[in-house]
Amino acid sequence: MTENLKRIFALLALITTMGLLASACGSSDADTDAGASTDDAGDDAASDDAGDDAGSDDAGDDEDAMEDEGDDEAAPASDGDALTLVSWGGAYQTSQQNAYSDPYTEATGQEFIWDESSADAVAKLRAMNEAGNITWDLVDVVGADAIRLCDEGLAMEIDFDTMLAEGDDGSSATEDFGDYLVSDCFIPQIVYSTTVGFRDDLVGDDAPTDICALFDTDKYPGKRALESRPLNNMEWALLCDGVAKADIYDVLATEEGQDQAIAKLDTIKDDIVFWSAGADTPQLLADGEVVMGSTYNGRLFSAIEEDGQPISMLWDAQMFDFDGWIIPAGLPQDRLDKVLDFVFFATDTQRLADQSQWISYGPARASSAPLVGKHADLGIDMAQHMPTDPANAENIFVTQYDFWSDYRDDIDAKYQSWLAG
Amino acid sequence: MVTETSMTDSSAYVAFDGVQKSYDGKTLVVKDLNLKIEKGEFVTMLGPSGSGKTTCLMMLAGFETATHGQILLDGVSINNIPPHKRGIGMVFQNYALFPHMTVGENLSFPLEVRGMDKSTRQDKVQRALDMVRMGEFGSRRPAQLSGGQQQRIAVARALVFDAELVLMDEPLGALDKQLREEMQYEIKRIHENLGVTVVYVTHDQSEALTMSDRIAVFDDGRIQQLAGPSELYEKPETSFVAQFIGENNKFTGRVEELVGDVAHVSVGDTTIKALAVNCGGKGDLSQLSIRPERVTIGELGDNVVDAKVCELIYLGDHIRCRLDVLGNDEFVVKVPNASNQKVPEVGGETSISWSTQDCRALDHAEVAA
Amino acid sequence: MTTELEDGPILTADDKPLSVALRKALFRQKMRALMLIAPLLLFVLITFVWPIIGMLFRSVDNSVVPETLPKTVAAMESWSPTGPTDTPPEAVYAAFAADMQVAADERTHTVVGGRLNYETPGIASKFRQLGREVKGWDLENDGPFKEKLIAEDEAWGELFIWETIKTYSGGYTTGYYASSVDRRLTSEGVVARDADEAIYLRLFWRTILMSLIITCMCALLGYPIAWMLSNTLDRYANLLLILVLLPFWTSLLVRTSAWKVLLQEQGVINSTLESIGIIDSPLPLMYNQFGTIVAMTHILLPFMILPMYSVMKTIPPSYLRAAKSLGANDITAFRRVYFPQSVPGIGAGAILTFILSIGYYITPEIVGGSTGIFISNRIAYNISSTLNWGLAAALGGMLLIMVMVLYWIYDRVVGIDNVKLG
Repeated sequence: MTENLKRIFALLALITTMGLLASACGSSDADTDAGASTDDAGDDAASDDAGDDAGSDDAGDDEDAMEDEGDDEAAPASDGDALTLVSWGGAYQTSQQNAYSDPYTEATGQEFIWDESSADAVAKLRAMNEAGNITWDLVDVVGADAIRLCDEGLAMEIDFDTMLAEGDDGSSATEDFGDYLVSDCFIPQIVYSTTVGFRDDLVGDDAPTDICALFDTDKYPGKRALESRPLNNMEWALLCDGVAKADIYDVLATEEGQDQAIAKLDTIKDDIVFWSAGADTPQLLADGEVVMGSTYNGRLFSAIEEDGQPISMLWDAQMFDFDGWIIPAGLPQDRLDKVLDFVFFATDTQRLADQSQWISYGPARASSAPLVGKHADLGIDMAQHMPTDPANAENIFVTQYDFWSDYRDDIDAKYQSWLAG
Repeated sequence: MVTETSMTDSSAYVAFDGVQKSYDGKTLVVKDLNLKIEKGEFVTMLGPSGSGKTTCLMMLAGFETATHGQILLDGVSINNIPPHKRGIGMVFQNYALFPHMTVGENLSFPLEVRGMDKSTRQDKVQRALDMVRMGEFGSRRPAQLSGGQQQRIAVARALVFDAELVLMDEPLGALDKQLREEMQYEIKRIHENLGVTVVYVTHDQSEALTMSDRIAVFDDGRIQQLAGPSELYEKPETSFVAQFIGENNKFTGRVEELVGDVAHVSVGDTTIKALAVNCGGKGDLSQLSIRPERVTIGELGDNVVDAKVCELIYLGDHIRCRLDVLGNDEFVVKVPNASNQKVPEVGGETSISWSTQDCRALDHAEVAA
Repeated sequence: MTTELEDGPILTADDKPLSVALRKALFRQKMRALMLIAPLLLFVLITFVWPIIGMLFRSVDNSVVPETLPKTVAAMESWSPTGPTDTPPEAVYAAFAADMQVAADERTHTVVGGRLNYETPGIASKFRQLGREVKGWDLENDGPFKEKLIAEDEAWGELFIWETIKTYSGGYTTGYYASSVDRRLTSEGVVARDADEAIYLRLFWRTILMSLIITCMCALLGYPIAWMLSNTLDRYANLLLILVLLPFWTSLLVRTSAWKVLLQEQGVINSTLESIGIIDSPLPLMYNQFGTIVAMTHILLPFMILPMYSVMKTIPPSYLRAAKSLGANDITAFRRVYFPQSVPGIGAGAILTFILSIGYYITPEIVGGSTGIFISNRIAYNISSTLNWGLAAALGGMLLIMVMVLYWIYDRVVGIDNVKLG
């Protein structure tokens, strides 16, 4: 009996060790893949960028993965001193730490706790609000989520000119941020874009130059990675189906327009691999699973410049979007004061420009643009990699928040119905 | 394989011919088994657990294959015939009645697989149930029956398809004593009525003595003795059989001389005369065996020895005396409770005696069973 | 105690009725037992029953509309549209303006706008825009509000917003459930959604079908393994059992991702088949139903094997021997004797596997692509992405009902007593 037990335990130990070894060897692959399920919500735009050192990225993915499995909130409770910041993890969060929180801690001694929950921020804030216990102090979200949080009364309205710093050129905050102030509750940080990357070695000699290469399976055979939600795809489909760019949202507001866009997408449906997390497309491109695919420009920058993958970027018809802070509604005054002080510091002209040393996203303040310098590690000039660089921004879309907040559910129903068919 | 013409002895119904069995390739659990069973016979394989008797039964049923040797059924080698084609009925230790079928379905099962039509099946099932006096129980489930009833059904199922050979593997082991005796007679009755051949496995000697025509006593993978019940009891040929069947008094001594069929064996300072059955030659160690009921108090027989009374147990029809005889204080004598019988007293000295014919000089076994 | 058996009530030694004494003794026993399970009971109530009740409540809750627009709802009671151009009277507009002013102050106007936008697209932005304007209005003197609202946006002069408010003016609604079966609640009752918007019924059906396939695959693959487990020597059985349980020691994500590595176009299987020349172009092994079925069969296999094993372990080998001794060949013996006795194990495993798979989420999400996803993926989508929690709750409710119906059918067909987990 005891002999048997001993033997079983020895075996268990052996197999466990083997399993650990195996997972350690396969970790890079498996973890990147695992990311696919992490932020299925989709709105993870500027989320954890690929391309920083594997360690921190993997850790982030793992944590998200655990949360998905357990479906539980692992949000650390705000203790008296530290502020809880919510972001996307990965390279993006690292850039925020480098540019904002580390200098602030150095100057004031204020400590921060980071929570990598931005992908589910709206759902989680809503749940916290219902439970009556908001544990977050400052949350990084994409513009669309900021609008929804503002609509639901979950985010605090911001008085931009009093709560935020003036531009270093003397312009008021409202002027400096300009059109990027898409919601009363939203403090923009960066402009990012969703754009298309392609494998140099798989597209032949005549590399694609415009967005409609996505739909040209004769000239560029092979699979394409597209997002599993309608945003961006619908606009591109209509544009490539001959609708004038200025009319696209008017057309898309009609039944016929929606059908037209879906019909266009349907012509390449068999060639589409649908992605839901930002890490998917770079991985699919690296594996040669797709010849081209849409993703966030920062991820493509990482794949190209940091990993040296044979990938190029198509800036044509890139879709601008914004990412920034919201302050949860109903913070107690003492915490709010601390948060506002930090936000004032972290969103001034210099800090926003600093962030671009670690990530290829454009600062949201006009006054920051001239201050964009070189990448902190690679030493390359970052200005030309910004989506906002005039050479890149010849043909752009800007995400129409009002349109999507009205029509998203409707178009989504059709889009998902088409997907599932 | 073996054809009719190559048969050496075709008179036996079942024959084990030089059968050996090993599970692990190192030790033999059955060592050179030779056994012939006549048609209609009731043969019991008796022995302690691990003696190889159940393995022999399983080889006959076809659930184990013989490592070496032949098993013949009605003159034909069945070594390569799968169990379901042997047509042998079997009663298992825990009955193995199919719990998801009714009693009737259990009995009908062997008939169905033989492709009999429904009315024939019903007839045969009813007859088999009546035979074991369970005619009313056809629609019950096995779980609704008592142990004895399940036992009867198991017997009926083994016989319902007109098997001529029925194997029983300790079929009464799970029953209490009274029910066991009742079922012994029941099985015996059925055996006599139907004239089937029964090979019965048990470790219970009284069961074996009650029911069998012949008993094969197994030990250590061999048949120690094959004989009818009385012969087995009266004339054991090995010290194991003497010890295993019935009660037995024993002495260990050395053979001094052999005079005809009488051996003179010295036990300590005393020389005892015994029937030389299996004692080797002069100078060999031998075990002497005397049945308790063949010993008398007083000086009446050929061998007279002194004894000291250690214990008396009153058992009604007889009194059981435990004596110290020649250094063996486990010596038992059954004193009949007769009016003229003199009963010794505990602690007293007395003489006991027995006839030479009742004392058997057997092999010396190192370890008694 | 008494041992007398009379017709009258039996009394104990001190002349109390025996049944009362017994009940008292048993009550004390029961209370002690209850105390022991109290922590578990509380745990189940708090973590399981309460959330389910909460979910079911949420699936019909519509209180945001009457609470945010109380005056409008009251004013609308006497109005019902008689034609496509029959907008409500000025009283409704005035009440609405008053409600909106309060709502805009409390910033709840966008919440109700978002709620109504689930039913009729385009409402959310109208409410948001109106909320900005309405703050400055003087309710006493700025009327009539019908003209004022229409001047603000022509949409207020059209019927669809008012019809939607009217339809969803109650504190409770069946609208979410209607949506969960591809229907839409309108002022004319429940109507089917356009075919190109229908998705949930198809997904429910697919979820059931694929779960059935997965369950069957698990049973087919698991049965021989369970049989082997229960019929080998203990020391080999232990080893085998560890192998069966091995997948549990690896994270579900890692296992699913391993399948991704195997099944993708440039994956192990496709590249092997291509390199030995069996296929010319890669087979689509994942991002479809095939991928989901393969990966989920692998993941759920232990849940099938263990109950089957525990049942088969209790079937003595003598039954098969008995069947063979009675003349049945191997196949008949298995079919008639062994298999029927192992059915409870299959039943238990099948229920476990089916119920687990019907609510599965991560694996279909990763390998299912667009055609291999389950209803749970849509529930998750509605929770975290569209934030339509009411619809998500209704879908969850439907899933719950479905499982209960299937359970009931199973009970009728197979009998729940025939399920053994060990």
